[in-house]
Amino acid sequence: MKEPKIKSIPYSEFKDNEYLENMVAELNKDGVNVIVGKLDDLINWGRSNSLWSLTFGTSCCAIEFMALGAARYDMARFGFEVTRNSPRQADMIMVLGTITYKMAPVLKRLYDQMADPKYVIAIGGCTISGGPFKNSYHVVPGIDKIVPVDVYVPGCPPRPEAFYYGMMQLQRKIKLERFFGGVNRKEKEEDIQDESED
Amino acid sequence: MNGFLDYYNFKPVAEWIHSSLCGVMPEGLALFLEGLVVAVVIILLYAILAIALIYMERKVCAFFQCRLGPMRVGKWGLLQVFADVFKILIKEIIKLKNSDHFLYELAPYLVILASILTFSCLPWHNGMGIIDFNIGIFFVLAVSSIEVVGILLAGWSSNSKYTLIGAMRSGAMMISYELSLGMAMLAMVALSGTMSISGIVESQADGWNIFKGHIPAWIAFIVYLIAGNAEANRGPFDLAEAEQELTAGYHTEYSGMHFGFFYLAEYLNLFIVSGIAATVFLGGWMPLHIAGLDAFNQVMDYIPGVVWFFGKAFLIVFLLMWIKWTFPRLRIDQILTLEWKYLIPICLFNLLLMVVLKVYGLVF
Amino acid sequence: MDIKDRILKLQPEATFEEQGDLIAVVAPGKFRALMEALRNEGDKMDYLREIMGLDNGTELGAVYYLESTATYEQIAVKTMTPDRENPMLPSVCDLWKTAEIKEREVYDFFGIRFLNNPDMRRIFLREDWKGYPLRKDYDMNSNPLNMENEVNADEGDEFVIDSYGSVEDLKNKIFDRNDFVVNIGPQHPSTHGVLRLRTSLEGEMVKKIDPVCGYIHRGIEKMAESMTYPQTLAMTDRLDYLSANQNRHALCMCIEKACGIEIPERAKYIRTIIDELQRIDSHLLYYSCLVMDMGGLTPFFYGFRDREMVLDILEDTTGGRLIQNYYVIGGVQADLHPEFQTKVKAFIKHLRGIIHEYHEIFTGNVIARERLIKVGMLSREDAISLGTTGGTGRASGWHNDVRKHHPYGMYDQVDFKEIVYDGCDSFDRYMVRMDEIMESMNIIEQLIDRIPEGDYKVKTKPIIKLPAGTYSASVETSRGEFMAIIVSDGGKSPVRLHFRSTGLPLVHALDTVCRGNKIADLIAIGGTLDYVIPDIDR
Repeated sequence: MKEPKIKSIPYSEFKDNEYLENMVAELNKDGVNVIVGKLDDLINWGRSNSLWSLTFGTSCCAIEFMALGAARYDMARFGFEVTRNSPRQADMIMVLGTITYKMAPVLKRLYDQMADPKYVIAIGGCTISGGPFKNSYHVVPGIDKIVPVDVYVPGCPPRPEAFYYGMMQLQRKIKLERFFGGVNRKEKEEDIQDESED
Repeated sequence: MNGFLDYYNFKPVAEWIHSSLCGVMPEGLALFLEGLVVAVVIILLYAILAIALIYMERKVCAFFQCRLGPMRVGKWGLLQVFADVFKILIKEIIKLKNSDHFLYELAPYLVILASILTFSCLPWHNGMGIIDFNIGIFFVLAVSSIEVVGILLAGWSSNSKYTLIGAMRSGAMMISYELSLGMAMLAMVALSGTMSISGIVESQADGWNIFKGHIPAWIAFIVYLIAGNAEANRGPFDLAEAEQELTAGYHTEYSGMHFGFFYLAEYLNLFIVSGIAATVFLGGWMPLHIAGLDAFNQVMDYIPGVVWFFGKAFLIVFLLMWIKWTFPRLRIDQILTLEWKYLIPICLFNLLLMVVLKVYGLVF
Repeated sequence: MDIKDRILKLQPEATFEEQGDLIAVVAPGKFRALMEALRNEGDKMDYLREIMGLDNGTELGAVYYLESTATYEQIAVKTMTPDRENPMLPSVCDLWKTAEIKEREVYDFFGIRFLNNPDMRRIFLREDWKGYPLRKDYDMNSNPLNMENEVNADEGDEFVIDSYGSVEDLKNKIFDRNDFVVNIGPQHPSTHGVLRLRTSLEGEMVKKIDPVCGYIHRGIEKMAESMTYPQTLAMTDRLDYLSANQNRHALCMCIEKACGIEIPERAKYIRTIIDELQRIDSHLLYYSCLVMDMGGLTPFFYGFRDREMVLDILEDTTGGRLIQNYYVIGGVQADLHPEFQTKVKAFIKHLRGIIHEYHEIFTGNVIARERLIKVGMLSREDAISLGTTGGTGRASGWHNDVRKHHPYGMYDQVDFKEIVYDGCDSFDRYMVRMDEIMESMNIIEQLIDRIPEGDYKVKTKPIIKLPAGTYSASVETSRGEFMAIIVSDGGKSPVRLHFRSTGLPLVHALDTVCRGNKIADLIAIGGTLDYVIPDIDR
């Protein structure tokens, strides 16, 4: 079984993520060509270590994100410090704060404007489920209703350490991807049929 | 010419290669092959230098800010920029719907072309100048201006308001600063008496221009650093990008490797500005000589020219980074005021001073 | 002269509500004349603190909170109209400029049209939003998530009564067809959140700014109407997260005032000290963000380096870094951390020793001075009329510090200067904040060794019922006067809970301040005005 390596954090520390384990199992079911596999590893190494985020702070979590960039937590150590202000140049969108009905089309548009491959991290209770504002008439109860989310980081706002854990989870996820062969994207014929039968 | 210069002279090697190649094939083919090899070497060097500079910038700014900078990817984060390069190479290049496709796709290549052409003029080492002819400095100034066209095209063809403002700003700024850049160089050309890059370097064998030309050379050097910084679009003159105002300036709409080209060119321009400064003011690959200290001069001669050149160039790169990470950004009208009201009169006066000193033999 | 007599003299038909705040009630027909007289005669009530829209189930209306900048006397005026189909009230935006945007807010939430306000558009909600959410009869499910991109009209409505007595809608152009309009925001690095500024440009010059808010409007005021009072406290921290404790202080004070809870002396000390720590925290962040907006990337880290120390101190005691949920009705949640005093003293010593670095790298820098001095002028009259409280107002020579003029907590027992500059420009706005850091340290130093022993909290019931009436309390947060207003009918949750946004007047002021300046100045001015968007949108 392929186990993605993240520097200074043993694989066993990433507990409880059955979904990723299953993904690995499925991707490696038929085995991998050596050359293609190595190339994939190289590409994934590059992608996972160079996650440039789009500055998208809507609320409180954005301040913690700034603290993340500052000297004490210094996300530059991981190479995350290149925050791009243009969605075209960003690799991931970190949704930092509540998404409201008025903001939702904007978020969707920003996501659409990003170049592939793109990832979404939902930071904080508000983005995950609406948080304390779940009952409001103007708050989207969870951004997964609008864009596909890769990693959820709970908290209000999460501590900087939690941000890192979330980012490492994303790195781990990226390290499992298959660029060649496009296993990640293409759905198998029978799966689609299965769904239509259900 | 002094004998010491020949320790590491590359010219005989180059001539030997050329003549032996001519022995086995027609001269045209030999030239073609040599050109090919040189081109590959230049592009490789360009890429490697860009990676080194990006790494240096990230580390230098981190240390200015009491941070560590990249640490995780490779030892001390040495592989960080390689990871970025891999990623950006396979990143999607977005085609815009309502843009002028031809110009939109041409722009990054123009910028990188200007940058590589200027890059090839640098005198790396004794006998290793690649583009070197009698109007070298003039050529450098001319090809480096192509970049403005690229930036203007990028801003215009993206069909976005932010990019347009960024491009207009950078057009206004770069064209203005080219004047004082040129005039600062002209003062030094007057001192050296030649426009050829190798000629300028060789004329500094008995002392760097900055010492030979004393006061006017220092003035020219400082003006050059300011104008060069503006020409490279770097803080405090980074108006064209001005992240906090225009999101990403003229390249807002570019993604993937197209954006990568702008990114590389930005860093290489920094190096080119520093390299030209090292050439014109600090003697290029010439070692440091102090008149009268023969033993010292002998030791200095044993250090190869290429080390001298990179040492000087990176020193100036560091200086420019220091400036960038210290100062806030200027405003467009302040930038233009600085240029037209201060730098240009100073340059004109300086040119006159230099000529007078040269004519009366008051320079060394 | 007593304020009651004064109003009765101006408007004999006025009645008064005296449960909680003193509120004069007048009919819509007499309202405009009374407001004009209050604004222009005698002790001029030249500062309109807040307009609160109100729906009491049968009538719609608004409560206007006024203050005189000369005597600091305060009064509230209320006017209600029974017409729910087509409610109209006269506008006061020619008397106080800040009413322009606050009336838009009331229109947005209650659908009350203000006659003669030149720009009656929605401000927080989408332009195609159906209904008015803060009305009692609003159907919460009437507006599902709409993923269509919003189209903004280029004209605003002005409702006037024409010579035949019928209402006419004048269409006022906001932007011309040929204007070069740039959208700054909602996703932009320097709008400090999701503010959108529709900016029309003439080359690099700013011609007009039309702020569009609401991208982080969470409907806190509506949600609070179905919460118990202790529950509503949690919302305040998420308004202006850089003044989290100060906001909460206002709401706690308001509730305590209403049900007559006397908080222990120790809690008062703790609240004052924590408020001031929060102010230092906020101003350090202000410094960081301002320099970053101006392109200076290294000074940014100075502010954050020292801010982390404040956060550590707060975290020890409250358990949170940013959102702390520390104040409760009747005191504070938990006692101080045993090392609180030593750590605070060490921090003050450290900051006093290091603050010269801030000035060396930025204040004295020639580029910074060129870009801030005499840029973004906001005159004293405009500042008062626009209601830009806090440091922004004080940089224009307006003495508006709530701590000084309507003291709460321990502020009447400490000796501190109200920092006021009269340069009216960006540089003075910046200097006010930098000096306030020093002043806050003074206040803390005076209090830190005198914290009395005793309870940090009085016991309160889990469900608190407020006697019927209207109550308000205001505090000086890091960026101006923050006010919490509760309208209660005696039940366990408020009929209406309203917060005065400190940022809304500042964003409104952007148009006045930035006109004729460059885009780069717009960003720098935005940085010096210091607004936090979630506080504006609520």
